[in-house]
Amino acid sequence: MIPELGQLALVLALLLALAQGVLPILGAWRGNRALMALARPAAAGQAVFVGTAFMLLVWAFLQFDFSVRYVADNSNLALPWYYRIAAVWGAHEGSMLLWVAILDVWTVALIALSRSLPEPFLARVVGVLGLIAAGFLAFILFTSNPFERLLPMPADGGDLNPVLQDPGMTFHPPVIYMGYVGFSVAFAFAIAGLLGGELEQAWVRWSRPWTNVAWGFLSAGIVAGSWWAYAELGWGGWWFWDPVENASFMPWLVGAALVHAQAVTEKRGSLRAWTILLSIFAFSLSLLGTFLVRSGVLTSVHAFASDPRRGLFILCFLAVVVGGSLLLYALRAPKVAGGKPFGAVSRESAVLVGNLMLAVAAAMVLLGTLFPLVGDALDLGKVSVGPPYFGFLFTLLMLPVVVLLPFGPFLRWGGAGDTGLLRSVLLRVAVAAVAGAVVAAFLVGGQPKAIAGTAGAAWVGVGTLLYVYKRWREMPRGRRYPAEMAGMLLAHFGVGVFLVGVLLSESLSVTRDVRMAPGDEQAIGAYRFRFDGVHATRGPNWHAEQGTVTVLKDGRTVAVMHPQKRTYLRGQVQTESAIDPGVTRDLYVALGEPMDAGNLEGAWALRLYEKPFVRWIWAGGLLMMLGGFASAADRRFRARRTAGAAQPEAAPAAAIARESRA
Amino acid sequence: MNPARKRRLILVLLVLAAAAVAIGLAVFALQRNMNYLFTPSQVQSGEASAYQTFRLGGMVKAGSIQRSPDSLKVTFTVVDANGAMPVEYTGILPDLFRDNQSVIATGHMDNAHFVATEVLAKHDETYMPKELKEAMAKAHQGKQVGGGDAERGTRE
Repeated sequence: MIPELGQLALVLALLLALAQGVLPILGAWRGNRALMALARPAAAGQAVFVGTAFMLLVWAFLQFDFSVRYVADNSNLALPWYYRIAAVWGAHEGSMLLWVAILDVWTVALIALSRSLPEPFLARVVGVLGLIAAGFLAFILFTSNPFERLLPMPADGGDLNPVLQDPGMTFHPPVIYMGYVGFSVAFAFAIAGLLGGELEQAWVRWSRPWTNVAWGFLSAGIVAGSWWAYAELGWGGWWFWDPVENASFMPWLVGAALVHAQAVTEKRGSLRAWTILLSIFAFSLSLLGTFLVRSGVLTSVHAFASDPRRGLFILCFLAVVVGGSLLLYALRAPKVAGGKPFGAVSRESAVLVGNLMLAVAAAMVLLGTLFPLVGDALDLGKVSVGPPYFGFLFTLLMLPVVVLLPFGPFLRWGGAGDTGLLRSVLLRVAVAAVAGAVVAAFLVGGQPKAIAGTAGAAWVGVGTLLYVYKRWREMPRGRRYPAEMAGMLLAHFGVGVFLVGVLLSESLSVTRDVRMAPGDEQAIGAYRFRFDGVHATRGPNWHAEQGTVTVLKDGRTVAVMHPQKRTYLRGQVQTESAIDPGVTRDLYVALGEPMDAGNLEGAWALRLYEKPFVRWIWAGGLLMMLGGFASAADRRFRARRTAGAAQPEAAPAAAIARESRA
Repeated sequence: MNPARKRRLILVLLVLAAAAVAIGLAVFALQRNMNYLFTPSQVQSGEASAYQTFRLGGMVKAGSIQRSPDSLKVTFTVVDANGAMPVEYTGILPDLFRDNQSVIATGHMDNAHFVATEVLAKHDETYMPKELKEAMAKAHQGKQVGGGDAERGTRE
């Protein structure tokens, strides 16, 4: 009965989403206020029904309702309740439902906070969000129904993918989706602007915090995913340029560009068309990311064959969203373009160069990610694109961004401003970078990557701090660091911290795969790792061999670590590495396999790492996340009625013209 | 040419040059880092001889896994329907590596055996039998095997 109710709720949600998508846009086009007024109630109703369906699926998991195929496939009687809730988004069908549910959270938040937007514009924005929801709901109902029955009902279910049975992992997909779906707001704004043929700066100002928050969530989600790959996969790496990672990284790159482009458009009116284009790409790549990861297109091309309807639906949906919005862009963008001119050396052009680099980097990642798919479709053979492709091109493309980063805040809008100031900044960051390089060379010897990392971090970090100092000296107390600027400074500083983490951990890590019998010792850097053998242990739904490794430094015990090799109920094996964290270094131990399968007390293969500064990678990512959140909290974005929005609706063109002249 | 046009022309040429450099670099990097996948029978028929580094895909032959007594060196045989290839690897094997498991090894040929630098095992076990069948079917037709879902790749 419960699953049928869920099904019904989804059908009703789809109907309401169609109403929410079509009628308000029609109303905005025909000037019909009654139709426009439908936007809010239809969206709210749709959200209620999607929320109901989601809660019913959670309920089915909590009640062990194995007559539902999705529940039977992804949970069992031994799975703890918190992982049963997480199992809702543990596979394809449920994560699609989570996606729509989060879209509704954003939609409801948007209509609750949108009093200052003009009615036709809001109707279009909510309408676009409704169309997206309708597309996803149709996809769920026709190809990926989580409420499908399984008869006869099995006595016990399968298992949640063991790699997902980790506290960090339960939050990773929802946080990533918060980011993906958050870009739908910027997208809806762009489409609504194109449909109406106008995009006021005030509306861009209104949409900025949404983009920043979405980008912050995406940063957090990527950090969580990278951390999980490091801690959980037993490989000790933090980024593999794996297609699934790339899928979340592409919208992040475009989102980073969008955050900056929106700032330019809001403050100066320039780059309007570019902002719209980036909004379209950020959301399209989010869609692509969702589908690539969850549909099975990437894991195997055969997933298309196993359910061709799914693949076909995805292709059509992407074609409609990307193709339709680009067509609309081509037709209408010239109408909304405008803004003030800016010089070759100005804050706008610095942002533009950074934007281009980020956009090209995203295109490069897209090419490398999709190339194997295209190659396979064209029967060119089974190809994979190796990580060095991404590493090489990404470093190359980000170099100008890092070099420009300290100067952005010092540049003026429109022109270069005080060139003497720029020159003194250049001198100081160059001195800092050289000093950093010398210190690094002195401490670690001729490691080019470590030297480059320290120099780059000093360049970015000192450049950012110089601006902090400038504001401190020149502005009165209380007006020095408005939230928007504080966010920018945090995120820029995060880039420096990230550089330290990446380049120092890559160049200074000591990694060794060794064979160790109980009592054996291994020297890794300044540490001695002693293997004390393996014993059996068990958890709620797994049993494991647990090793004990004692780490000594100068004869003193630094850490006692317990890496595990778990076997879950259905026989899946999962390595749980043991990590001793530290600010300047992580110690990392993972159990390989017993050298003699019959003798678990004997020698084992062990993976021993010392990873200097690896935590700085995630610290940098978290600073960028904080930057996104902090800047979204700026009071300016919450001002009730701004000068632009107070214009009568008939005169936005005049408003733009006046702003352009100013 | 008036100055405005001249400036625009220079700008367009610069953009074109930048695009050419970018595309050239991308193609170069792509070519250097593309790895093809072959099955043992394809390798034996010489299809992989043009490639220095490639990926070898197939099933671990039951009972073929041999460990060295004093190091992490391990040898095993990867098979498909019509061929077999001895593989040598030094290091820790993935969790799911075992007899009759399908694997993908990256590396190069050294005389008659394959020296792997990385070994990946398929992650999703429920998916295995079909995947295997396809690999066999394809190898029969002399085509390359489906790559599928490698262990390190299943990050969801």
